[in-house]
Amino acid sequence: MEKRYSLGIDIGSTTIKLIVTENGNVIYEKYVRHMSRARQMAAKILGEASHLLKDAEFTAAISGSGGMGLAEAAGIPFVQEVYATGEFISRTAPDTKVVIELGGEDAKVIFFDGGIDERMNGTCAGGTGAFIDQMAVLLNMSADEMDKESLKAKEIYPIASRCGVFAKTDIQPLLNQGAAKSDVAMSIYNAVVNQTVAGLIQGRKINGKVMFLGGPLHYCMGLRKCFINTLGLDQNTAIFPEYDRFAVAIGASIFAEGGKKYTYDEFLLKLVNASGREGETHLRLKPLFESEEEYNEFKARHARAHIETKDINSYSGRAYVGIDCGSTTTKLVLISEDKEILYSFYSSNQGNPADIVKEELINIRRLCGDRIKICGSATTGYGEELILNGFHVDFGVVETIAHLTAAKHFRPDVDFIIDIGGQDIKCFKIKDGAVDSIMLNEACSSGCGSFIETFAKSMGHTAEEFAKLGIYAKSPVDLGSRCTVFMNSSVKQAQKDGATVSDISAGLSVSVVKNALYKVIRAATPDDLGKHIVVQGGTFYNDAVLRAFERETGADAVRPDIAGLMGAYGAALYSMKKKGESTLLSHEQLQCFSHTSSVTVCGGCQNHCHITINRFSDGTKYITGNRCSRGEGKSAAEENPNMFEWKRAYFEKLKPKAGKRGKIGLPLALSTYELAPLWHALFTSLGFETEFSPFGSRAIYEKGQLTIPSDTVCYPAKIMHGHVTELIDRGLDKIFYPAATYNVDEHESENHYNCPVVAYYGEVLGGNMEALSKIGLLNPYISLDSPKKLSETLYPCLSEIDKTITKQQVFAAAKEGFKAYEDYRSAVQKEGERVIKFARENGKRIMILSGRPYHIDPEISHGIDKLSASLGFCIVTEDAVSHLSDYQNVNVLNQWTFHARLYRAADYAVHHDDTELVQLVSFGCGVDAITTDEVRAILERGGKHYTQLKIDEITNLGAVKVRLRSLLGALEEEA
Amino acid sequence: MKKKNFVPFLKDMKKDYTILVPNMLPVHFKLMISVLKTYGYNMELLETEGPEIAETGLKYTHNDACYPAILVVGQFIHALQSGKYDPKKTALIMAQTGGGCRASNYISLIRKALSRAGYGHVPVISLSLTGLEKHPGFKLTVPMIFSLVYAVLYGDVLMSLSNQVKPYEKKEGSADALTGKWTEHLGREMGAGGKLSYSQVLKNCRSIVSDFEKIETEARDAVKVGIVGEIFVKYSPLANNSLEKFLISEGAEPVVPGLLDFCIYCVYNRNTSCKLYKTQKLRYPIYKLAYKLVTKKKDEISDIISASGKFRGWTTFDKIASLADGYINHAVVMGEGWLLTAEMLELSESGCKNIVCAQPFGCLPNHICGKGVMKHIKEKNPDVNILALDYDPGASRVNQENRLKLMLFNARKNAQKSDKISKEADNQPKIVHFT
Repeated sequence: MEKRYSLGIDIGSTTIKLIVTENGNVIYEKYVRHMSRARQMAAKILGEASHLLKDAEFTAAISGSGGMGLAEAAGIPFVQEVYATGEFISRTAPDTKVVIELGGEDAKVIFFDGGIDERMNGTCAGGTGAFIDQMAVLLNMSADEMDKESLKAKEIYPIASRCGVFAKTDIQPLLNQGAAKSDVAMSIYNAVVNQTVAGLIQGRKINGKVMFLGGPLHYCMGLRKCFINTLGLDQNTAIFPEYDRFAVAIGASIFAEGGKKYTYDEFLLKLVNASGREGETHLRLKPLFESEEEYNEFKARHARAHIETKDINSYSGRAYVGIDCGSTTTKLVLISEDKEILYSFYSSNQGNPADIVKEELINIRRLCGDRIKICGSATTGYGEELILNGFHVDFGVVETIAHLTAAKHFRPDVDFIIDIGGQDIKCFKIKDGAVDSIMLNEACSSGCGSFIETFAKSMGHTAEEFAKLGIYAKSPVDLGSRCTVFMNSSVKQAQKDGATVSDISAGLSVSVVKNALYKVIRAATPDDLGKHIVVQGGTFYNDAVLRAFERETGADAVRPDIAGLMGAYGAALYSMKKKGESTLLSHEQLQCFSHTSSVTVCGGCQNHCHITINRFSDGTKYITGNRCSRGEGKSAAEENPNMFEWKRAYFEKLKPKAGKRGKIGLPLALSTYELAPLWHALFTSLGFETEFSPFGSRAIYEKGQLTIPSDTVCYPAKIMHGHVTELIDRGLDKIFYPAATYNVDEHESENHYNCPVVAYYGEVLGGNMEALSKIGLLNPYISLDSPKKLSETLYPCLSEIDKTITKQQVFAAAKEGFKAYEDYRSAVQKEGERVIKFARENGKRIMILSGRPYHIDPEISHGIDKLSASLGFCIVTEDAVSHLSDYQNVNVLNQWTFHARLYRAADYAVHHDDTELVQLVSFGCGVDAITTDEVRAILERGGKHYTQLKIDEITNLGAVKVRLRSLLGALEEEA
Repeated sequence: MKKKNFVPFLKDMKKDYTILVPNMLPVHFKLMISVLKTYGYNMELLETEGPEIAETGLKYTHNDACYPAILVVGQFIHALQSGKYDPKKTALIMAQTGGGCRASNYISLIRKALSRAGYGHVPVISLSLTGLEKHPGFKLTVPMIFSLVYAVLYGDVLMSLSNQVKPYEKKEGSADALTGKWTEHLGREMGAGGKLSYSQVLKNCRSIVSDFEKIETEARDAVKVGIVGEIFVKYSPLANNSLEKFLISEGAEPVVPGLLDFCIYCVYNRNTSCKLYKTQKLRYPIYKLAYKLVTKKKDEISDIISASGKFRGWTTFDKIASLADGYINHAVVMGEGWLLTAEMLELSESGCKNIVCAQPFGCLPNHICGKGVMKHIKEKNPDVNILALDYDPGASRVNQENRLKLMLFNARKNAQKSDKISKEADNQPKIVHFT
């Protein structure tokens, strides 16, 4: 019989897989990383298989996201990769019901049951191989080591599963707080699984055999375990085929069968001649440097921002220590009385900053001997509190102040500082020598230093080599200015277009800069920044990044030669104000210093914070992860007034009262938060026992997680699914969430809409929650204009569930409802007045913690209210003060009831020196793209600081704390 | 309420100002511009493209704003900065529906961006039937509205016919050339002034249909792919990376529901609100009448198209509306609202089983009427394949095209399968065991 050969090549985002089959049996396989040289690598590995193909004719097809352009250019058949997987399944294991495939940057789930249904991750979804690699880097482990470690896990922490950047923000503080690496590793896998379940499986039931494919699932046993547990599979239903990594390539070879036949030479020629340049869609930019001279001039100019160093061995006298314990790196400097650097240290955290600081302090103490006396010490950064408490450092300094102090040393008239670190971007505007406004990157846009580093590694270079390549790039790729995940796909496309590594390196540098300028700072012109700019942070050591920054802004920036040490240097300068003896641990104390940490759940309130108790060898204890002082054992009485708490207490009093018409349940989320008093009075008056779901929690969210159809909708909407599930689980069969295009008209705006999500979320619940299909959702379209209108629009729905209800009864009940609602609104305003009075009598600051009514939910605002109160603020809500202003000058179409309150609240803050406004913004809220700009404008016109806190599933408050403390720091400097 | 940055378009600006129009639907907008020209407005459609449009938009507007807003802002400012127009004699125009979606705020976003870019003095005209803003120099009259409706109708006819011909034409470019020819002709005719007579419109439509019939085509089965979604991304090639063109290059036939349906939808929603909330009782008869008039014209023109025997006409609006029953309430009126859901169902019903739902990343109404109903639609119509595609300045074209390719692969496989089942039902696939 004649032998039939077929070739399948799968080119993914990072790897190439090649398969040769003979009569359908695999006779050759090869798996390599292509380092963004897909075409050359494909030709190379084809060459390695030449002995099999040299004398035969064969059919062939290319597959994979990286292979599309190549196939087109070469004129070789292309097959979409999911389709190829389908070919693989139907040939090898036709009884498979579901395939879950994780690739370098893709995640896919394919259902074969009842018509093929494929789902691929959207543009905003990490949780794939690249994500796992990045996380391993964070843990300072290889992917293998991380996997081994994960199998020892005891505890799983909640980690945001939306995308890599979110997860990093959760993981970093865990590491800094000393959580066990094994637990973190398993938690990372768990996040990946959650991402797949929430983003792709989306509530579809999994029955029968599930096949797992792709690199990560081939290598990571912990991940396998996690999937099996979460999906409730066993040995018979979870299949990990031998050829898992080659499924797509095999599928391609099957697809090719019966197609055109090639000889080896003919095929190779096609591959080699396929230039990747055609169909190029990425714009190319000017080279960063036109010539070697230009680069030398650049280097010489920046060499001027220089700090003197002094040999520690010849110095004697007073000295000061600054420690910057950042999210990924620890920096430490020792300076002389003349501010020269005696000693400096910069290293990655390797997961445990306390050990590094201990070692370095011992080293410094030893070098100092008796000649040098350490007279002051200060610490800053994410790990500030841990280091402050553990080593008895004299001062803890907010990052902003530390950086400003250092920048002033280089440029006393500095008016703008931009710091791009490993994980974050910080920008401060300086006015009259004090921090005027602070811009930090939101959790979704951290296209920062570690991002370039990860890319460098994935392309087989060190960060330094990669940066060097960028400097000499001939035509840098324009990769856009979005978040990390988007850039991943942009890079993928650039590779497809045939961009060189050096073009990509330069392009990434430009992207990081554009991201900072347009996403974080949102500058339109260089004048928006300032005249005297200081750039800092490790990322600016990269000349390509600095050059891109100067290019993009047209500004002449100062980059201190200690750009990466500025936080530590600033802290050291700050500590020079220390009077008396420094409390920093002595040489002997350091020698016997040790640090252990344990994790527990605080039971102080319903936040149930995961707290880490750090114990130090001298018996002191330091707790992290808590939101309020209750975690440290303090009582509620010592806390500042907090209207979030007050509102929650108000709602808790709305207890069900037994009634003749049975029970009705309301999910306590979205608009129910505002209208709970109305519904409670209305339904109680009609004789319904009115039951609300409890306040939100992670557990509530997880209950409904599987039925959320849109992974980019805001968290307050997503958690709705959990509240409804909870009510169903409690046996309620009448669940009420009305639709309302219009909200209550407060006559403060041009129109009184609800946002589309609040208005119509009932439609989504009804269409996506199977549990509701049996009992149905009471989702009448109502008008809140008056009791009459409400009763007219509500009656048809109510009469359907209980025929004995009359129109008159509904009207009377609606009147009761409106009365209760008005009572609530005036109670809110009265409480606002009380809190303000209290604050003024006690000389405390007032914070308008603003957002939407549903942001008071403890799971949605994650205890930011308590954190703010513990920092010394008295908390009021926007609707408690908005009536105190009659602000008219809104420059946007002011057409949503809830949002109109924000503008007035901002105006109130403008007119009161002791009042600050902080705006909570849910990730994905489209309306807030409009309100945040306007609220900021109102505040800044009035000379106030604007602080925005983006919130999502994210549970760690480290970044929030830095922001709020920076705000406090700035306020204190002004005072 | 008077806004500080509000610059009205004054009466005397009409004579020497150029009004710039963002590009959403090239053919429709060109025709509408011709109509407005007869009323003395000097307008120009912006046909600029390329990545610098989005770049400019990102620079001057909030990056979380929706993609269409970023593009429109970018296109305007890019034009003002180009030096082609005298910024002191230029105005901009933008449609404003006034619904609860944030799109109603495009105008505010444009104004903010203009003042940031140093063009705060440039008037931005709100094109709105509800009269959200007052511009003394720009007023829509009833005859103007009628002519604009005709322009939309013509646009829909040309778009629909051209899409039905393009994938099959023997000589590439014939359909585009014909569309161009007719756009120019109709523009000239409408720009000549005077009242547009409906009988002339009908006559023109007959000629258009017969012209398109004459284009030589080849018989083959192209996969039909419906395009629905947020209105700007659905239509604008700038926003959707030339989605129609890509589909045609892959051998598929794009099926794009017309713009007139969206206009009728806006009127229909007024009726619904009147009935539901018992407001605006006086205007109710006017809306009812407008609805009747426009739907009648749509149906008559549709009849002309289907009478050819070669082309598919349009589903009546009443029918489209009824399809949404059981899936979504007609009171979901923000953004594309229930119409988006209904359009997906209409496509399925008319045999177009592959549907792309194009939306800007994080589009609020589409959480409800797009992604929110897909599960339900697929459950009840298992043969429908819906692909939700997100568009934004950073979304990579390669990802989008990869997904589209997958959809097309499967569509072809399904077509083959049903072919095979009818032809060679006994030919079982062989199973090969792997070592």
